[in-house]
Amino acid sequence: MTVHNIRHANTRHADSRHGDASDGAVGGRLSRVDGPAKITGAAKYAFEQQLDGLAHAVMVEATIAAGTVRAIDTRAAETAPGVLLVLTPDTIMEIKGASDWLGNPPTQKTYSPLARTVTYSGQHIAAVVAETFEQAVAAAALVEVSYDETPAIVDLSDAKAGDGIPIDVMTKEWGDAEAAFAAAPVRICAAYNTQREYQAAMEPHGLIARWQGEELTIWEPSQWLDGMARTYAEWFGVPFENVRLVSPYIGGGFGSKALALAHSAVAAASAKMLGRPVKLVLTRPQNFTSYGGRAATRQTVTIGAGRDGKIQSIVHRGVNETAVDGMWVEPLASVTSIMYATPNFSSKQNVVRVNTVVPGAKRAPGENPSAFGIECAIDELAYEVGVDPLEIRLRNYAEQDPEAKKAWSTRQLREAFAAGAERFGWSKRSPKPRSMRDGHQLIGWGVAAGTYPVRRAYGEAIVRILADGSVEVESSSIDMGQGTYTILAQTAAETVGVPADDVVVKLGDSRFPRAGVAGGSRLAGVMTGAVYKAATSALDQFVGLAISDPRSPFHALQANTLVVANGRITAPRGDGPDVSIAELLASVGRDRIEATGDTMPANSSAEDRYKNYTTIATSVPHTEGDYSRHSWCAHFIEVRVDEDFGTVRVSRVVSALDSGRLYNPKLAESQWKGGIIMGIGQALLEEGIVDRRHGRIVNNNLADYLVPTNADIPDIEVISVGIPDLHSSVLGGKGVGELAIVGVAPAIANAVFHATGKRVRDLPITLEKLI
Amino acid sequence: MRDFSYVRADSIEAARKATALPGAMLLAGGTTLVDLAKCGVAQPETVVDITHLKGLDTISVDAGRATLGALAKMSHVADHAGIKSHFPAVSEALWQAASAQLRNMATVGGNLMQRTRCPYFRDPSNFSACNKREPGSGCSAIGGVTRGHAVLGTSQACIAMYPGDLATALVAFDATVHLGQRVLKVDDFFLLPGDTPEREHDIRAGEMITAIEIPGSAAARRSTYLKVRDRQSYEFAAASAAVGLELEADGRTIRDLRVALGGVATKPWRARAVEEALKGKVLDEDTVRKASGLAMEGAVDHGANHYKIELAPRVVARAILKLGETA
Ligand SMILES: Cc1cc2nc3c(=O)[nH]c(=O)nc-3n(C[C@H](O)[C@H](O)[C@H](O)COP(=O)(O)OP(=O)(O)OC[C@H]3O[C@@H](n4cnc5c(N)ncnc54)[C@H](O)[C@@H]3O)c2cc1C
Ligand code: SF4
Repeated sequence: MTVHNIRHANTRHADSRHGDASDGAVGGRLSRVDGPAKITGAAKYAFEQQLDGLAHAVMVEATIAAGTVRAIDTRAAETAPGVLLVLTPDTIMEIKGASDWLGNPPTQKTYSPLARTVTYSGQHIAAVVAETFEQAVAAAALVEVSYDETPAIVDLSDAKAGDGIPIDVMTKEWGDAEAAFAAAPVRICAAYNTQREYQAAMEPHGLIARWQGEELTIWEPSQWLDGMARTYAEWFGVPFENVRLVSPYIGGGFGSKALALAHSAVAAASAKMLGRPVKLVLTRPQNFTSYGGRAATRQTVTIGAGRDGKIQSIVHRGVNETAVDGMWVEPLASVTSIMYATPNFSSKQNVVRVNTVVPGAKRAPGENPSAFGIECAIDELAYEVGVDPLEIRLRNYAEQDPEAKKAWSTRQLREAFAAGAERFGWSKRSPKPRSMRDGHQLIGWGVAAGTYPVRRAYGEAIVRILADGSVEVESSSIDMGQGTYTILAQTAAETVGVPADDVVVKLGDSRFPRAGVAGGSRLAGVMTGAVYKAATSALDQFVGLAISDPRSPFHALQANTLVVANGRITAPRGDGPDVSIAELLASVGRDRIEATGDTMPANSSAEDRYKNYTTIATSVPHTEGDYSRHSWCAHFIEVRVDEDFGTVRVSRVVSALDSGRLYNPKLAESQWKGGIIMGIGQALLEEGIVDRRHGRIVNNNLADYLVPTNADIPDIEVISVGIPDLHSSVLGGKGVGELAIVGVAPAIANAVFHATGKRVRDLPITLEKLI
Repeated sequence: MRDFSYVRADSIEAARKATALPGAMLLAGGTTLVDLAKCGVAQPETVVDITHLKGLDTISVDAGRATLGALAKMSHVADHAGIKSHFPAVSEALWQAASAQLRNMATVGGNLMQRTRCPYFRDPSNFSACNKREPGSGCSAIGGVTRGHAVLGTSQACIAMYPGDLATALVAFDATVHLGQRVLKVDDFFLLPGDTPEREHDIRAGEMITAIEIPGSAAARRSTYLKVRDRQSYEFAAASAAVGLELEADGRTIRDLRVALGGVATKPWRARAVEEALKGKVLDEDTVRKASGLAMEGAVDHGANHYKIELAPRVVARAILKLGETA
């Protein structure tokens, strides 16, 4: 549990530049209220908990990619100094199967987080627990494993991989795409590849687990406390209420920290077996194999068009890799099917099983690779028909959702193109490839669009108005840096009528009112809605008391309503008492007013509620009702490619984005920029490199798995073109966090083509592809 | 990481003696040693901490020479006014190495001793075959992921690339390394892998690096270090060149030229063929580009690192041409 009270962040008051009071209202540019705690080191992350009797666990991983474990010899490890426990599939306590994140019941009665059958290199097969971390590491090196190895399928291009499994629910079809393509006067067809990418969060995965009787407390960075608490409860056969997950701060998740994983089960099991708290933190290399990054993908995009560039047909085929023992579908047609108007469309997708850990969510799963295909392909079409790449996008503008055939709730994409082009100076672009240079640097300008659906779910919050006049908000939702603490403070401040400085927000404890997953850019819309409702009902109670309680100074006024603003309560016309919230509560003899609010449909059952918070099964489709709801963006990017070296540097980015109403523009801009930076990494640097003989990722560390440094990032200009979208959320916001990465890689690839005349369809665009 | 004993050396003599203890390793900035201990490659029995030795971190420079104490920090050398004016290539090589945090920790002595980034070398629990780590065990890199491996100076036993930037600049300018009694040319200090890739340096038990000395020259004064890599910062070189140039009084004829390559060879690589081809020639782009191709004489690729053979001569040429432009 963590408390954020801006009043204690004394730097704020010392800083005269902190803006005016409107910063604290919804839509204000309030700085991150958790910032001072993070900068001063006061923020305590999961692994920093100091517990008495803490033991340390380390994992032992498979060194083959496929086969079975013949034997594990633990004798030397067991007698090594400090060793408390050596766990193998045979010695770990029984753990029950748990339902999946959709709520589907388990397929197996028991779950073994330590594998007997190895399906990928790096899979956990044993664990050692010792008094100190160093002792555990030393003993783990003594565990001897022998295997019966079988041939592995290392990646999508493995000859043994085959075509994979068709995923029928991914098929989308309207019109007659093949026939329309055959008849089209202009036809283009190309294949686009994205590689295995990793979330590479600064904070590794891991946890501290402590049992007290049948009660389990877990300190673990989490994007979804209630979902993970459910998994632990099911694994260990205890009631959901017995599991407490604590995750006030998260050092980056990017989609990877929403599930309890095999190592989580091992830590909790060993804590139970030992009767001591256990800490387990994955090493950096283990962070590349203990959970999945973005799946590698292959797409072919075929476009049939008129000579004017108007699209007549799109045929799209996609493949993503998944694991031998787990299914991950990266929806590759999610942008393809909605970005442009086309009368004929066909998309199909397969998944191919390879020997890897199950891939997972990384920023904008699906939309991100999907946009790489279609947004490069339309650029190729633009050159084919000799139309400006921006103009061709406008010519094919989808006035409604071409797939759902519904009106957009809001789609400010045309405005995004216009605003971005204007700021970037797109009209000055020389159309011919290789026609702009500066010394040895070839200069290219590229454009691409992006989109992300508005995912909606329900949330719950408690709001208290306290005796000292401050307001407290509690929710089990989380803040991994995106700004939940801050925008919930703003929401409560504005709704109740107090300065944001007087709001304390507590998050990251599963004992608090519940919340669904922080993923798919849904949390801000969900939680501002819940806090708004709870705060409104707390305010109603408060005003009701002021009017009706005989002890209230307002009692005699016989007013219908009162005004609460800036922490004070007055009559609407100002013709009566003017007292502070604290004074009023004192006068009526109350030490607090408390209200819970949620956004669940009225008369939801307890079971509905549990399901909503602990599975993702109840998210509301973005095309529910009459509208199709999405965020949109347009990226304009300049690259400089060295003509001798083939090195690509991004030198300018202007992006215009439609996320609807922004609850806090400063935080939204930061998230957009973060997404753009991650997109630059994807376009130019990031790639899990597999040794094809061993099926193992060899660049499994942050020196060799390259993410952008500051030197790789130019000034990034972001422009908000959104308008409030009340079909999307209670307060009018759409999604922010996932959106901005979508379209960055194709904008860069398109810019590289413009600079060099070379079309690189295979990410990342490393120097050897250009020299 | 396994247990080790820790000794804090209080004199150079004591430190040198301690290196003769079984399994002893010196600890300077620790940025290589701790890293390799964590991945199980370095398994010191005794760690000899030399960071408290007095007087080993001095940097002295005049027109005649630069002397760098072994414990001088990379960042201090990079930022030293004398180094910047008399040996710009050395300063630039250091600025472009590692990250600010690492440069503030790491010493120039330790820098010369850094090990290869070959991923197979760094992962003993998954790849038992590595001749550099375990003589005679084989080489996992050959036939594997080789994008970062060397194309020059390789052997059947090992194709690991020497990743350091500083030493590349040092061999270009005939620097020497002081080991107590012996003084070696940096070029001779680094060994080719041949059949003994486990031996990377000509350094013996009882020796330690005390200083690096770089003779001054006109070519060193007009020098540069050009490093090419996918990431703009904090990455080892795909290919790099340390180049120094001295022109005749006519301002166009090359009197002296020094060229060394990084990122492409098993040791810091002096490209004498390029130097010889260009000395006495008039500096012009065609001549320079043609001669730079000689840098790759004898290069052998292993698939994914083929691009280095294309890239390195271009890096050399661009570095020479850049110096030619700065009159
Ligand atoms: C992520 C990362 C990126 C890097 N990038 C670059 C780069 O781009 N370019 C580059 O050039 N380098 C790079 N480096 C390497 C870095 O420069 C070296 O790690 C550093 O210079 C080593 O110096 P140190 O003082 O920390 O050595 P230590 O780690 O203390 O020692 C290294 C080795 O040298 C031995 N040693 C230390 N001092 C002496 C001495 N006086 N005499 C004899 N032996 C000694 C030690 O026993 C040990 O074996 C990088 C390192 C890391 C971790
Ligand atoms: S290249 Fe050298 S260091 Fe790398 S695996 Fe082969 S022998 Fe070992």
